[in-house]
Amino acid sequence: MKLRKKIALGLVLTMGLTMFAGCGGNDAQQDAEQTGGDAAAAIKVGGTGPLTGGASIYGLAVQRGAEIAVEEVNALGGVQFELKMEDDAHDAEKAVNAYNALKDWGMQLSLNSVTTTPGIATSELNNEDRIFGLTPSASGTKVTEGKDNVFQMCFADPNQGSASAKYISEQQLGSKIAVIYKNDDAYSSGIYEKFKAEANALGLAIVSETTFTTDSQNDFSVQLQDAKNAGADLLFLPMYYDAASLILNQANAMGYAPKFFGVDGMDGILTLEGFDTSLAEGVMLLTPFSADAEDELTKNFVAKYQDKYGEVPNQFAADAYDCIYALHQACTAAGATADMSAEELNDLMVEQFTTMTFDGLTGTGATWSADGQITKDPKGMVIQNGAYVGM
Amino acid sequence: MEFLFNLISGVSLGSIYAIIALGYTMVYGIAKMLNFAHGDVIMVGAYICFFATMRFGMPPLAGVLLSMAVCTLLGIIIERMAYKPLRQAPALAVLITAIGMSYFLQNAAQLLWTSSPKVFQSVVGTINGQTGIALFDGALSISYVTIVTIIVCVIIMVSLVTFVNKTKTGKAMRAVSEDKGAAQLMGINVNTTISLTFAIGSALAAIAGVLLCSAYPTLVPTTGAMPGIKAFTAAVFGGIGSIPGALIGGILLGIIEIFAKAYISTQLSDAIVFAVLIVVLLVKPTGLLGKKVSEKV
Repeated sequence: MKLRKKIALGLVLTMGLTMFAGCGGNDAQQDAEQTGGDAAAAIKVGGTGPLTGGASIYGLAVQRGAEIAVEEVNALGGVQFELKMEDDAHDAEKAVNAYNALKDWGMQLSLNSVTTTPGIATSELNNEDRIFGLTPSASGTKVTEGKDNVFQMCFADPNQGSASAKYISEQQLGSKIAVIYKNDDAYSSGIYEKFKAEANALGLAIVSETTFTTDSQNDFSVQLQDAKNAGADLLFLPMYYDAASLILNQANAMGYAPKFFGVDGMDGILTLEGFDTSLAEGVMLLTPFSADAEDELTKNFVAKYQDKYGEVPNQFAADAYDCIYALHQACTAAGATADMSAEELNDLMVEQFTTMTFDGLTGTGATWSADGQITKDPKGMVIQNGAYVGM
Repeated sequence: MEFLFNLISGVSLGSIYAIIALGYTMVYGIAKMLNFAHGDVIMVGAYICFFATMRFGMPPLAGVLLSMAVCTLLGIIIERMAYKPLRQAPALAVLITAIGMSYFLQNAAQLLWTSSPKVFQSVVGTINGQTGIALFDGALSISYVTIVTIIVCVIIMVSLVTFVNKTKTGKAMRAVSEDKGAAQLMGINVNTTISLTFAIGSALAAIAGVLLCSAYPTLVPTTGAMPGIKAFTAAVFGGIGSIPGALIGGILLGIIEIFAKAYISTQLSDAIVFAVLIVVLLVKPTGLLGKKVSEKV
């Protein structure tokens, strides 16, 4: 008996401590949640995202970007929003629970999920429950496929792959191309597959294809050596910036200097704390958002974000900011009010999103197809002297 | 030439596994428990060193010493709060608690230091602007981090073996490892001995964290998790509880991983590493250098 008590005590203690760690985050989050103003007259917008865990950099960015936008649109005095983000820890099961919690709260419009794996699960529910979903950043095609009321603010993965191949071909950036991609990640392998198909169609030669996984995301010497031996003059990196920074570092250490070409996940590399930005000199990427852009909208957003959260926003924050503005534009145009049911709003939103044109931080003249994918032009950027410059 | 390049890459990666495995195997050898939070103590050590050197401008050596001190303290606190109350509990309860502690440390680190990655500045530094020794007119290079890691590994290994075998405290540790009850009857303070084991293990974790991040500089709250698991595998491979076994197991695991990537498939490298582990354990169930202990009834 005594033994059991001790075990139980130990477990409870550890669990308590771990949960306490989680709660700390939730408190801060609840303080920030109530940015929506008068709850009675506001449309309830909910979303799930990784606010804790390894992918929390994306979830928190979305939450913060959306908060800033909600504050701004509410200050305009028209359609009012109330925002609530629930944690899904980048896990599909937790995302479903988080989605249900939001539904109980009375969610009328949904930001779906921040990342693709949870997004696939929650978009299914969006469709069944007839709650309109606009995801800021879940870029997988399965998120929108077959769901008439789920839309994306970011590019779908394959579009980035084919756009990159076209860009490399048009600008004649390289003749022999090597690709390193992350084969346990839907984002990375999705872009790679489309890139390869498009590259073959355009007659670009892919001379080296190697992979890595979350578990082997430290050492890239073999992959880089393979690319070097194959004589590749351009290295395509469809991945996030944390892995890319290691690749740049190790390529430099072994004296291999091809052209590097990244996708939107590469954004963030310059603000990586402690990163030697000279390693990223000359890296090219296609991205919808750059925090260094000189237009008023970007400058205003970046200044507010830095002021409030002490860091430079990435493209996830920008996508979330645009989501709120797009919803606001659609609600205003459709004459939506806070006392409408989710289903009524859903029909209005689907009608608006398939017909409207949206100008935001992440691109101008954006339109949506009926299957929920966005069309906007990615900007080609090159890193020079530690800053993005348009190509 | 390519073979040599791969061999050097393998040794670089393996030396990192080895230094982490030393801490794992040390704690297992004495306290007979798998401290799954070891990988996360490594992460804490790396963060402390990062903030000491990057934010407060301390010299690298001072940063390493500070991070060793903090980790030692952390190791003792973890042991006192989470493991000591479970001293009489079944091994499974302690194992689960260790996993809980691992998650606790990861989440605490995320709250304290956020999850945005940080790039660690190597503590090893450069000589004439070079980060390694160039061989064959620069066709190959061995980085200083690798050389330092291997030297540190050997120093730690030799001093641990000497400490455990030659000193009185070491003798007490061996006694506790063999039979806690009998050790207590002989006047050995079991709790102090186990706390000391954790203190040493955590100080080693701090060194491992600093060297891990010097070699692979991206630092996030989950940095220690995967290398921790791989190092655990390395420790089992070499024979868990055996200190020289951890070194050999770590380096071999690194070489196998790189060779599997280079000559077979980058996609299957992990599968091959673990398949080799299974084969080794089938042939030699106690690992390469593990001792076969017959249970006395």
